[in-house]
Amino acid sequence: MQALDSKAIEVTDLTVAYQETPVLWDIDLDVPPGVLLAIVGPNGAGKTTLIKAILGLVRPAAGNVLIYNKPYETQRRIVGYVPQRGSVDWDFPTNVLDVVMMGRYGALGWIKRPGSRDRELAMHALEKVGMENYTTRQISQLSGGQQQRVFLARALVQDATIYLMDEPFQGVDATTERAIISLLQELRENGKTVVVVHHDLQTVTDYFDWVTLLNIRRIASGPVKDTFTSENLRETYGGRIAFMKNR
Amino acid sequence: MDNFLFLTRIDYTLIVVSLGAALLGTVSGALGTYAVLRRQSLLGDAISHAALPGIAIAFLLTGSKTPLILVLGAAIAGWLGALAIISIVRLTRIKHDSALALVLSTFFGFGLVLYSLIQRSGNANQAGLDTFIFGQAATILKRDVITIGILGGIALIIMLILWKELKLLIFDEGFAASLGFPTRLLDILLTSLLVIAIVLGLQAVGAVLMSAMLVAPAVAARQWTNKLNLMVFLAAVFGAFAGVSGTIISSSTTGLPTGPMIILCATLFVGLSIVFAPNRGLIWDTIRQRKNRRSLKIAMGRLMEEPQQESE
Repeated sequence: MQALDSKAIEVTDLTVAYQETPVLWDIDLDVPPGVLLAIVGPNGAGKTTLIKAILGLVRPAAGNVLIYNKPYETQRRIVGYVPQRGSVDWDFPTNVLDVVMMGRYGALGWIKRPGSRDRELAMHALEKVGMENYTTRQISQLSGGQQQRVFLARALVQDATIYLMDEPFQGVDATTERAIISLLQELRENGKTVVVVHHDLQTVTDYFDWVTLLNIRRIASGPVKDTFTSENLRETYGGRIAFMKNR
Repeated sequence: MDNFLFLTRIDYTLIVVSLGAALLGTVSGALGTYAVLRRQSLLGDAISHAALPGIAIAFLLTGSKTPLILVLGAAIAGWLGALAIISIVRLTRIKHDSALALVLSTFFGFGLVLYSLIQRSGNANQAGLDTFIFGQAATILKRDVITIGILGGIALIIMLILWKELKLLIFDEGFAASLGFPTRLLDILLTSLLVIAIVLGLQAVGAVLMSAMLVAPAVAARQWTNKLNLMVFLAAVFGAFAGVSGTIISSSTTGLPTGPMIILCATLFVGLSIVFAPNRGLIWDTIRQRKNRRSLKIAMGRLMEEPQQESE
């Protein structure tokens, strides 16, 4: 296994509450570098919130998040983010290349506009996701799978060490799903750490090597073969998981 | 040459008013694009109504009708109104639309009360203050045009400088925040730019109709283009045209109020754009649908001719 002494992401005692209802309760989570990790859990388990809390997008009621032993604010450059596809308005007046170049905005900093180098990087990222022929396509004219690829390309140009992805497989066709997972696996081969909010329990064992089971509390976290057990699943999903056992 | 001089002398007022309306249309059209794309079209309405008590208070405190002072009062009140909406949504469980309605009517009502107090006070100087409710472009003087030009120019320059940041904020706020851009601050800045556009337009168009000046040019512009920069540019042009044409129409006929005429012109652009624009327009849409239906029919016909093979 990986050297476990250094941690790509370290979450300690994290609690997040909207109004008075806790969405995440006392989460401890260590993500070793170089793993492809799935966060799974039922709807409302706090999966998206966990990602957002790691990114500092929601303010936790308590707890702490470290990226390679430092707070997120100082480590932004090495973290790439793929939000949920449905979180933006795809009728926004812009094209594919322009959206992908947004991934360079962090490196560019204030005011400076993207140049030819940024354009090159964006083109390269689009080739990686197989969208190089869509550069000038209006984003409203993309299919769900294509939108997802564009978002992935935008994260790729961030050239991050850690990637946090919120349901990258949501609403994509089988071809896109295969393309995306081989891309994620390639990232892992290159030593990146990839954390993915995932819905489909059937594919966890095939796609990922590490898994976190979440339902407001962290139920279990570790290598898939030790952690993805029917016992842990039952604890995460309650009785609703019965159908899983026979598959 | 003589002819030209003669014309300028005659229509000096018209030229000043048209210029003011054009500048105002440019600024509100360009900045309104951001409000429309953010789905905050009604925020402008709340700000313009909320600005009203600010004008009254500025007048009560200073006794002056200098445009800069009144604009400042309007800006502060409008800004507080916008801030109140943002805070209500953030701190309570009241939803955005309710917060909007609440702030809009409360501030506007307060403004109306102050106005009637001022009117009853018998201050001779107060005449003309009520133009800010329904607007009266004819009252625009050279100094107002200069105020609109300078403040509007500053707002547009800030918009251009922070182009990339504002675009990212509107398209994907979460991603912007993950990159380290202070989205809350950018949000307040964008709102402040809207406040500037709105208070500059109050005198000409009035609090009641000002929001249309933000929304209409942008909505019209969206029909014609799929690029943000072109959309902002077109909205500015539409805004300017609406300003000028509304002013000219109202000045050619006595008794036609300028503000409402400007708004009607802007709305006309919206209507024309919705019907005639390529790709997004209604006519285009109908043609395309018909074409699709026809090719679908042909394809279906072909399918039926082939022997049925698939069974699920």
